[in-house]
Amino acid sequence: MSDNFVKQPILWTKALTKQVNTGDKQLTILQDIDLQVNAGEAVAIIGASGSGKSTLLGLLAGLDLPTSGKVHLDAIDIFTLDEDNRAALRGKILGFVFQSFQLLPALTAIENVMLPLELSAASNAEATARRLLERVGLSMRLHHYPKQLSGGEQQRVAIARAFATDPKLLLADEPTGNLDSATGIQIIELMFELNREHGTTLVLVTHDEALSRRCSRQIRLADGKLVQ
Amino acid sequence: MNHFKLSFRMLCRDWRAGELNVLVLALVIAVSGMATVGFFADRVELALSRESNQLLGADLLVISSKPLPEFYADEANRLGLSVSSLIKFPSMISNGENNLLTEIKAITEGYPLRGRVHLASRSSETTEIQVAGRIPQPGAIWVDEKVMTRLDLKGGDAVDVGDIQLTVTELVVREPDHSVGFINMGARAMINAADLPDTGLIQEGSRVSYQLLVAGEIKAVQQFRDWAKPQLTKAQRIEGIRDARPEIKAALERSEKFLSLAALASVVLAAAAIALAVRRFTQRHLDGCAVMRSLGASQKQLFYLYLYYFIILGVFASSIGCLIGFAAQEILTHWLTGIVDTELPWPNWLPALQGLLVGLVLLLGFALPPVLNLRSVPALRVLRRDIGLSNAHSIAGYLLGLVALSLLFIWKAQDLKLGLYIVIGFVSAIAIFGCLGWLLIRVLSSFRHQAGGAWRYGLASISRRAVSSVLQAVALGLGLMALLVLTLIQDDLIDDWHTSLPPDAPNHFLVNIQPDQLQPLEEFFQQYGIEHPPVFPMVRGRLIKINGKDVSPEDYADDPHAERHIRREFNLSWANQQTLDNQVVQGKWWSADSSEAVMSIEAGIAKTIGVKLGDELTYDIAGSPFSAKITSMRKVDWDSFRVNFFVVVPPGLLDNYPVSYITSFYVPPAEIAMMHELVRTFPNILVVDVAIVINQVQQMIHQVSQAIEFVFVFTVLAGFSVLYAAIASTQDERIYEAAIFRALGARREQLSRAWAAEFAILGGLAGLFASAGASVLGYVIGKHVLHLDYTFNPWIWLVGTSIGVIGVLVAGILGTRSALSSPPLLTLRKIG
Repeated sequence: MSDNFVKQPILWTKALTKQVNTGDKQLTILQDIDLQVNAGEAVAIIGASGSGKSTLLGLLAGLDLPTSGKVHLDAIDIFTLDEDNRAALRGKILGFVFQSFQLLPALTAIENVMLPLELSAASNAEATARRLLERVGLSMRLHHYPKQLSGGEQQRVAIARAFATDPKLLLADEPTGNLDSATGIQIIELMFELNREHGTTLVLVTHDEALSRRCSRQIRLADGKLVQ
Repeated sequence: MNHFKLSFRMLCRDWRAGELNVLVLALVIAVSGMATVGFFADRVELALSRESNQLLGADLLVISSKPLPEFYADEANRLGLSVSSLIKFPSMISNGENNLLTEIKAITEGYPLRGRVHLASRSSETTEIQVAGRIPQPGAIWVDEKVMTRLDLKGGDAVDVGDIQLTVTELVVREPDHSVGFINMGARAMINAADLPDTGLIQEGSRVSYQLLVAGEIKAVQQFRDWAKPQLTKAQRIEGIRDARPEIKAALERSEKFLSLAALASVVLAAAAIALAVRRFTQRHLDGCAVMRSLGASQKQLFYLYLYYFIILGVFASSIGCLIGFAAQEILTHWLTGIVDTELPWPNWLPALQGLLVGLVLLLGFALPPVLNLRSVPALRVLRRDIGLSNAHSIAGYLLGLVALSLLFIWKAQDLKLGLYIVIGFVSAIAIFGCLGWLLIRVLSSFRHQAGGAWRYGLASISRRAVSSVLQAVALGLGLMALLVLTLIQDDLIDDWHTSLPPDAPNHFLVNIQPDQLQPLEEFFQQYGIEHPPVFPMVRGRLIKINGKDVSPEDYADDPHAERHIRREFNLSWANQQTLDNQVVQGKWWSADSSEAVMSIEAGIAKTIGVKLGDELTYDIAGSPFSAKITSMRKVDWDSFRVNFFVVVPPGLLDNYPVSYITSFYVPPAEIAMMHELVRTFPNILVVDVAIVINQVQQMIHQVSQAIEFVFVFTVLAGFSVLYAAIASTQDERIYEAAIFRALGARREQLSRAWAAEFAILGGLAGLFASAGASVLGYVIGKHVLHLDYTFNPWIWLVGTSIGVIGVLVAGILGTRSALSSPPLLTLRKIG
C-alpha cells in the first residue's frame, strides 16, 4: 500500500457532496466523499442498490455536477471546466463501460468502436477498431448491428470501444449487470486482461462482492458515505 | 476534425440502418408533392397564357393610331422576339351595288404569331375547315361569312376596296384576334399589307389602328414590355391578353391564385410531416448524443455534426423529391394532354429550385432547433435513461420552423396579401388548435374512469403522451385543414365559372333593333321555337358635361383609356330593376315610381372618368342634352356575356330620344341557318356572333378546372405523408408499450383496441380542428383573395371529422401492425 502514496493519483475527490431537491425535502445522495485512485490501480466501488454508486461514477466522469466538493482528474479540477471542456477531457483520458452497453443501434460493431476515434479525429480509426474487436474475439462480427449481437457480444464491443482511445482511466458501471453469470465472468476476464495490457487505471462500480474482490482495492458506499 | 466528413459518414450509417426512413420519406413525398404541383402549375400557367394569347394573335401588341416608329420592331428583334404588323381600319367594300361597312385588316408575313387563321373551303356538299399556312397574296382578299352573305359573293368574285379591285379567294371562319367589342363586331376582311397604299384608303384623319405583334419567350416579352412602356406616346398603348380581355384576365388570375394556394397547401403538409418526423428522429437520437457526449464530443462539435448532417440530408432528399416531382408532372402532363387539346410548354426550372429550397428550409427550420437541443442532452443519460429533454425545449424549437414556414408562404404565394392571410391563418390555427387540444385532452382524460376498457386505455395513452398527442393532432389538423380549404375553394371556383358561363351562355347579340321591329322579331323567334330573349333599350350619347362643366377628350390626355371613353359614345339604357350581373356597391337603386333625373353608373367607368355619387352628368344624345345625377354605382359582371350597360336610368327619362334595342341569346350550333335567315329578314340589325369567343373561354375554363382537380389529387397524396409521419412518430413508444403490455399478459386484440380508441380520438380532434379552421380560412380566402361568393358548407364538419377519424384510424392500425406482432422479449431486450 505504501507504494500508492509515491505514485501520482490519477483521480482524487475532496468533500464531494451531491444533494437533490425532492419537492420540499432535500435528499443527500453523496456526502463528503474523499477518495484517491492512483495510476495503475483497479478500484471497486461497492454498495447496495441506492447507495449512491452510480451518482459517484457520474460525478467522477464529470457527467453530473456536485452540490459541493471537487474532483481532480489527471491533475485537473474538472468542475472549473465548462461542460465542453469536460467532454474534451473525457474524450482524451476516460473510457466507459456501461451496464446497458450504450451502443448506438444504427452503427455496426466496428463503427461503434470507431466513433470515439472519429470524434477525436484519430487517423487510423478503422484499423484500431478492427484490431480491438479482434482482440475481444469479435473478428467475425465486425459488421453486425448491436441488435444482431448477444448481450455478451454487445458488452465486448463496448469494452473494445472503451479502450479505443487508449484511455488512462476506465470507468465501468455494473458491466455484468445485464449478463448471465457465465458471460459476466468472461467479460470481467476480458476487461481485466485489457486493463493490464493497456496499463489502464480501473474504477469499477458493482454490487457484486465476488467481482469487487478481483480489484486491488474496494471502496464501500452506504447511504452516500464512504465506509472503509 | 473534419465535421463534414464525419457528418456524411453518420448520415450514411443512419441511412443504412434504416434510421432515416420516416424523415427521408416525409421529405421526399413532401418535396415531390410540392414540386409536382409547382412544375405542373407552372406548365399549366404557361399553357393557359399561351392559349389565351391566341385570342390576341400575339403575346403582346403595341397599338397606335399613327404609324409606329421602327424602333419598337427593332428592339423586339434585338430581344429575339417574333414580330409582325398589321393595320386595321373600317371601310366600305362593294360588289356592284351592294356596299358593306367592313373592318379591313392589312396583314404582313408572319401573322398571326399566336393562334391560327381557319379557312373554309366549300364544295357543294361539305365544308372543310383548314388552317391557313400563309397570308393573302397581293391582289387577294379573304372575307368572313358576313361579307359573303351581305355582298352575295362567291369565291373568285372581285370586290372594290377603295381605289382597287381585289379577288375573293378565301372564306375566313376563325381568326385569333376576333375581339368582342361591339365596334369590331361587324363584317371582317383581310388583305395583304402590300395592297394597302394602292387602295388610297389611309388618309390623314382616317380611323386607323396600327399594331405591332410581338411573341416569344415569356421573359423576353416581359423585357420588351418593360422597355416599351416608357417609350409610349399618348397615341400608343401596349396590350397583353390581360389588358384586352377582362374575362380571361379574371379566369387566369384566379386559377393562378388557386394553383399557388395548392402549392402552399403542399408546403403546409410538408412542414407538418417534417415536424413530426423530426420529433421521432430526435427521440431516437437522444441516447446517441448522450453517448457521444460521454465519449468526449463537445456541444459545438455536435452542433456542426448535425448541421452538416441535415444539410446533406435535406439536399439529398429534396433532390430526389424534385426528380420524382418532375417525373410525376411529366406523366400527369401526358395524361392531361390526352384530355385537353393543348400542348403544355416545357416548365422552367424554378419549381425545382423552389422544391429544393423549401425542403431544405423546412428541414433545417424544424429539425435544427430540436437537434440543437440534442447537444444539451445531459451526458448523465448514459447512466440514467430517464433523463431526457424537457418538452418546453422542443416546443420552443418549432418556432424557427414556423418562422421559416411563414416566410416560405409569403414567398410562394407571390402575393403579399394571400401570403399574409395564410400565415396569420395558420399561426392562429396552430395556437388555437394547440391550446384547445391541450384542454380537450385534459377534459377527455378526466372521463377516462367512466369509459369502458379500450377507451380507458386509449384516453390514458393520449393523456400520458399529452405533448406528443397535441402535436400530432395539431399537425394532422393543419394538414387536413389545408386539404379541406382547397376542396371548398376548388368547388366554389369551378362552380363560379360554370355559373358565370353556362353551356347555354348567350352566343349572339342583336344590335340596332328598331322599335317597330320588336314585334316582327318576336314572331320570328316564335317561328323557330326559340324563347324570345329579353330586349334592352339602348340610347347612344356622348358625355359632354360633368357637374355643368364641359369635358373634352383632351382633359383626359394623361389617361388614354379614359380619353377613349370620352371620345366614344356611351350606351345608355333604362330599367326598373337591376339585372343579375349587376350589384349596387355604392348609393341606392331607385324605387319603381321614381321620375327624378337620376342614373346608375358602372363603378369601373366612374373611376376612370373620375366621377362620384351626386355628380351630374350631361350627355349629348342626337344633338339634345340629357342630364341626370349619379345616385348609385354598380359592379358589373362583364364575364357573363349578357347585355350590360355603363349607364342605366329609370324608365321614362329617355322616352323622347332616339332608341334602338339590343338583345343576346343562345343559338345551338345546329340552328345556325336561322341566323342567316334573320340577317336576310332584318337587314339593318347587326348580328354579333360571340360563339367562337365563348367557346374559347369555355374551353379554357374547362382546362383550368381539370388542371386544378389534378393538382388537388397530388396535394392529397402529400397529405398521406403527414399521416405516415404522424403514426411513425410514436412507433418506438408503441413497440415498447406493446412489449410491456404483452409481457403483462395483454392479448393483441386488447392492445389493438386500446390503440384504435386512441387513434379515433386523435383523428376526431384533428378533424374537428381542420373543419373549424377550413370554414374560417375558406371564407377569408374565398371572399378576400379570390373574390368568390363563398358558400358556407355545414357538411364540412361531418366530412372533416369523419375523414380525420377514419384516416388516422386506418393509418394507425396499419402502421402499428408490426409493433403488435414483434415478440415482446425481442423488444424488451432491444430497449435494454
